[in-house]
Amino acid sequence: MRGIQLPLSQTQKVRLQKALEKLESLSSKVNSNASVTISDSISVNHEDSVLKGHGTADLNGEVVATVCGIVERVNKLVYVRALRSRYKPEVGDIVIGLVVEVAQKRWRLEINYSQNAVLMLSSMNMPDGVQRRRTSVDELNMRSIFEEQDVVCAEVRGFQHDGLHLQARSQKYGKLHRGQLLSVPPYLVKRQKQHFHHLEEYGTDLILGCNGLIWVGEHIEGKDDMVDDQVNESAPEAVLPSKNYVSLDQEKNYTTLETRKYICRAANAVRVLSTLGFNITLEIIKGVVDLSLSMNLDIHDMLGSEFCVLVAEKEAERRSSNKKR
Amino acid sequence: MEFVSPEGLRLDGRRPMEMRQIRAEIGAVSKADGSAVFEMGNTKVIAAVYGPRELQNRSQQISSQALVRCEYSMANFSTGDRMRKSKGDRRSTEISLVIRQTMEACILTHLMPRSQIDIYVQVLQADGGTRSACINAATLALADAGIPMCDLVTSCSAGYLNTTPLLDLNYVEDSAGGPDVTLGILPKLDKVTLLQMDSKLPIDILENVMQLAIEGCKAIAKYIREVLLENTKQLEYRRGV
Repeated sequence: MRGIQLPLSQTQKVRLQKALEKLESLSSKVNSNASVTISDSISVNHEDSVLKGHGTADLNGEVVATVCGIVERVNKLVYVRALRSRYKPEVGDIVIGLVVEVAQKRWRLEINYSQNAVLMLSSMNMPDGVQRRRTSVDELNMRSIFEEQDVVCAEVRGFQHDGLHLQARSQKYGKLHRGQLLSVPPYLVKRQKQHFHHLEEYGTDLILGCNGLIWVGEHIEGKDDMVDDQVNESAPEAVLPSKNYVSLDQEKNYTTLETRKYICRAANAVRVLSTLGFNITLEIIKGVVDLSLSMNLDIHDMLGSEFCVLVAEKEAERRSSNKKR
Repeated sequence: MEFVSPEGLRLDGRRPMEMRQIRAEIGAVSKADGSAVFEMGNTKVIAAVYGPRELQNRSQQISSQALVRCEYSMANFSTGDRMRKSKGDRRSTEISLVIRQTMEACILTHLMPRSQIDIYVQVLQADGGTRSACINAATLALADAGIPMCDLVTSCSAGYLNTTPLLDLNYVEDSAGGPDVTLGILPKLDKVTLLQMDSKLPIDILENVMQLAIEGCKAIAKYIREVLLENTKQLEYRRGV
């Protein structure tokens, strides 16, 4: 069994145990015997034809699981949803990746998949926003867009002969800066309609990447700031003193202390949820951040065992109240 | 030397057909994709699995299947006398190869083309049967990493001393120089994936010893299944809807 590695006092241990038991009792009613391990046979009705999906195999006419997980059935399809595993891309997923290589006309991104993903120069919006054919000059200037070790947000485009391709054809995608990148097991992030969130009360952005990478950063207005640059450039430079430029630049790179604190709070909330193995959604993160704020807790105390136990208890409460409704 | 007393007890108080106590724990290395600790009596092994991930060396790429790599090492403090061993000694290269071949046989490598899977096993305490313990730990770690496998591999050793077949030899029995059979099986498919033997055995006795080892493997498989199922259930209910 995967234990939670935290230094807990005796009472905290008991409380955590209690909260986890409550969670267990809440979920066990839904599907109690759907969990399988490797090479467990899955009972299917052999009169109907069965479609064997991911995580299953045929063994002497029997359907067996090839991974540990939960059996899911959709009409004729039977598949096993693995829990802890690497990310399995689906077309249209929003992912966050790290640039590992700048190659010919493409960037290679590490996205927690079994291969590196490819982001073609031609499948992303140019910073100047103009639609045109990508020239060799653009290719030479690729490092001015993304460099190695940059954190980039993109969408899964699909499989091509040379691997997984991504695209970034909108203003909302692109390089992420001024924030924190967190890594959680991908099964904790559920696919939803909305993966970009703006936490207005804290002035932060939250991006839940389907591949288990989560970005918490300062809120950036949706407007195209590259266009602003052009305006600046077209303005005669002599008019603006160079000092002014520096201060403008600083303002662009400066995040207020308040915002930075909120970023850290949200990041720690995600960390706590990930150590507990709870589902990570906007509401739950908000709940944890609000809990820490209402307790007047220091940011670093959020990673302590006391807060962890408290979050587990709150989550148990929340789920049971959801159940009643 | 007497390995089985007239009362039918072995040096550590077990009966000839008895196994040592086994214990398994999943999730020992936080940064790995999958990890496990496996204990058989005083033998303790830790395994970590990374991958399937991008190939480190592109020239090794196989376009139809995944590359499996394995590294076995023994901690300096694992044996009675503390010895500094060089990393690539003969014994560890051989065991790495054995583990790699055994695991490769059950991993469905064709599902993860153009990637590599790294298995690292380290012996923390050595008291005989490290080979078996390593294979069991590696199986658990691979299952934890969510890597598709056609079956779990479990391994157990058996020997033949004082005209009695003995299950799961410890260090003292192992170093007696008698026959030592290490067996790895796929319990569901009922197939043997690994069979190694030191010294010689008559063919009819080998069958008895092998049967004993198979029983041992099946007992381990049963335990490993319980551990994995419990782990899966835990993860699922904690995650919630």
